[in-house]
Amino acid sequence: MEIRPILSAMRRNKVGAVLIALQMAVTLAILCNGLFIVEQRLSLSSRPSGLDEANVFILTNQWVGNPPDLKARTQADLAALRSLPGVVAATVTNSYPMSGGGSSEAVKLNPDQKEASATTALYLVDEQGLQAMGVKLIAGRNFNADEIPDKAGFDDQVPPTAAIITRVLAGKLFPGQSALGKTIYVQFQKHTVPIVGIVDRLQVPWVEGDSWAADFNDNSTIEPFHYFGGYYHYMIRTQPGQLASVIQAAEKQLYKLNRARVIEKSVPMLEARKIAYKDDRGLAIILVVVCAALLAVTAFGIVGLTSYWVAQRRRQIGIRRALGATRNAIIQYFQTENFMIAISGAAVGVALAVSLNLWMVSSFAMARLQTGYAFVGAAVVLLLGQAAVLWPAIKAASIPPALATRGGA
Amino acid sequence: MFSYYVNLALRSLRRNVVLTALMIAAIGVGIGASMTTLTVFRAMSGDPIPQKSHQLFAVQIGNWDPQNRRDYGREPDGLQPQLTYMDSMALMKSHAAARQTAMYVGGFALTPSNPELRPFQIQSRAAYTDFFPMFQVPFRYGAPWAAADDENHADVVVLSAELNDKVFGGANSVGKTLNLDGHDYRVVGVMEHWSPTPKFYDLNNNQFGKAEELYLPFTRAIDAQMPSWGNYNCSGDIGEPGWEGRLRSECVWFQYWAELPSAESAARYRSFLMNYASDLQRAGRFRWLPRTSLRDVREWMDYQQVVTNSARILVLVSFSFLFVCLLNAMGLMLAKIMGRAADIGVRRALGANRYAIFSQCLIEAGVIGLAGGLLGLVLTALGLWGLRVLLSEEVGRLTHMSVTDISIAVALSLTAALLAGLYPTWRAGQVQPAWQLKAQ
Repeated sequence: MEIRPILSAMRRNKVGAVLIALQMAVTLAILCNGLFIVEQRLSLSSRPSGLDEANVFILTNQWVGNPPDLKARTQADLAALRSLPGVVAATVTNSYPMSGGGSSEAVKLNPDQKEASATTALYLVDEQGLQAMGVKLIAGRNFNADEIPDKAGFDDQVPPTAAIITRVLAGKLFPGQSALGKTIYVQFQKHTVPIVGIVDRLQVPWVEGDSWAADFNDNSTIEPFHYFGGYYHYMIRTQPGQLASVIQAAEKQLYKLNRARVIEKSVPMLEARKIAYKDDRGLAIILVVVCAALLAVTAFGIVGLTSYWVAQRRRQIGIRRALGATRNAIIQYFQTENFMIAISGAAVGVALAVSLNLWMVSSFAMARLQTGYAFVGAAVVLLLGQAAVLWPAIKAASIPPALATRGGA
Repeated sequence: MFSYYVNLALRSLRRNVVLTALMIAAIGVGIGASMTTLTVFRAMSGDPIPQKSHQLFAVQIGNWDPQNRRDYGREPDGLQPQLTYMDSMALMKSHAAARQTAMYVGGFALTPSNPELRPFQIQSRAAYTDFFPMFQVPFRYGAPWAAADDENHADVVVLSAELNDKVFGGANSVGKTLNLDGHDYRVVGVMEHWSPTPKFYDLNNNQFGKAEELYLPFTRAIDAQMPSWGNYNCSGDIGEPGWEGRLRSECVWFQYWAELPSAESAARYRSFLMNYASDLQRAGRFRWLPRTSLRDVREWMDYQQVVTNSARILVLVSFSFLFVCLLNAMGLMLAKIMGRAADIGVRRALGANRYAIFSQCLIEAGVIGLAGGLLGLVLTALGLWGLRVLLSEEVGRLTHMSVTDISIAVALSLTAALLAGLYPTWRAGQVQPAWQLKAQ
């Protein structure tokens, strides 16, 4: 394929060629950054919480007034919930992963430390807590029934007797050594708490993409308490397939025990996940749609402009055909032309994509773009150009050689 | 002449329907995408109270050891966005501003008078009566409670229009009572629908959410030990146990706003705050240099970073998309106009000057811009609907187009089309009549 005649033809259509190249460059820059963000948000929203999500639901309970017998009421509720058919375990908790509400605490190794060693989310549960969550204990032991003090409200400063922490938090606090048996200071910072167990994974309550807690997403501490107050959650784990029926029975049973309460709604964990990540998934979908529209616009722009070039050169194409050029040669001409434009556009585009990403890294705390994305983007843009140019090129190839002899354009 | 050119433009556009449709589609899609995100962005960052945003100030007092910073938080200067009970009370007692209120968000369980109905939850805001005139809350029935009610810890409440609809069927409920957590409160006022977006006076808690359903005197809420449903932050020293301990602690959980009508009053209040903090330093409560801050509504929104990164990314992406659409339309317009070089040559030879050719082509671009703008508006409506479906209810509240948004869309598409048309039009003006005629 001769490149020189293409170049000289392009020189006469400089602006058109530059416009296409620029479009391709910007398309490429947006495409790979956009898809990079999509990939990040989707992988963010599919991180496991650590819970047995398919079989766990949350029932949020608020008592009317400030009844003096909160402890008795809570225990009666728990006993009723645990005796429902299909229930594996149930506990009271102050918070749960993906809820967006809970408590974050500084963890210190000694009380005089100025800077905390880590930040953690705090979950307060009873002896059935681990089982109700369905978290995986990878070292140490569960809480014993005799080490679970009462705690009337989150402010009640009862010293905790033990803590179970996540693998990630353990690694952060005691890098390179076992955290079991070590002690930490957490919440009120007045009492040492021995670490008795380590769970594989348990997310903090704040998980969405723009979350302020992104830095300590997997730092969770579980403490044993019989927790009761005006407002708390029951976390209930059911046998597989029994979730819906247990939810119905649970609400009914609790209202039967006592009507002076508010149960806003029972939320299955899978539902909580949907709610927590709705904006991240939404952003991903929007970006995919925008990228698709962008590719379409760029493709149609190429079709339009190339068609115009074909129309403009009808006579010349006719002459070339009359002089013996095959249809394929004509198609190849336009494909090569587009390829040359696309290559320069892609080169500019890759540079643009990387600088756009660097700017986003510095101003939106984004992750660095993997270079693979830029090259995949470049390949997509090149292929897009070839696909878009095909139709006008085939039309050009169908110009009859006789056109050259007729004289008129 | 103008209508003749418009007529010519329409004829010319009809002659090449495919190219015309592509250009209109390109501009329309670009406008649709950019206006969708711009509408949300404007709603996020817009001034929620334009008449008074320079007179309302959020107050901050550095009551935590600046060395003891936690490893997260969005405040760049390490000051806390909320105040302690002690500081809130001291500032309220001083009455140093024209109007002022400490406040916090909490909740009650409301027991309906009809025993058939189950109790339900209401999000409530504890505030002083100045809250209502400060933030220009409109009233449907009744009025805010009196200043004396604040002092007397009175059992009075103001309802949102929605709660009044729900509980009293929208009737005038002033004088009626509500049972909140077993205690009766008397309704003194019902608001008109009111829900500033963003909820600038409490950006810590659900910043794009609805305004609270019920309002009661701060003093009464503290007596009732209304639990805080908002952000509650402690550093190191968490004080004594129980509600009293909470009130005496260095934990921060109150928003504090002051209305300062003039620059002088703001300056006076600033030095008043500094004096307050200096006194506390001398008294030994603050073992660090006194730090305070006073920010008006716009400054406060910037400081609290109201606009999310997701929204910024979307605006960036969609405007780059518009740019691609512009390049696209420009290429197509160039093709179209240069395809008519022969026509232009004839017109020039018949006496039309460059200016005439120029304005004719520009009007053609304008017509495309208008058509693209209309298509863009339809696509914007569609896009905003899509956002409502795809994003959380909170963000969904930001997806309503205002008249300003519509005019921006039309202006943007006209500008875009004219910008795209400028170069092709200039090229058209350059057509040499003699050369074109010879070629024929």
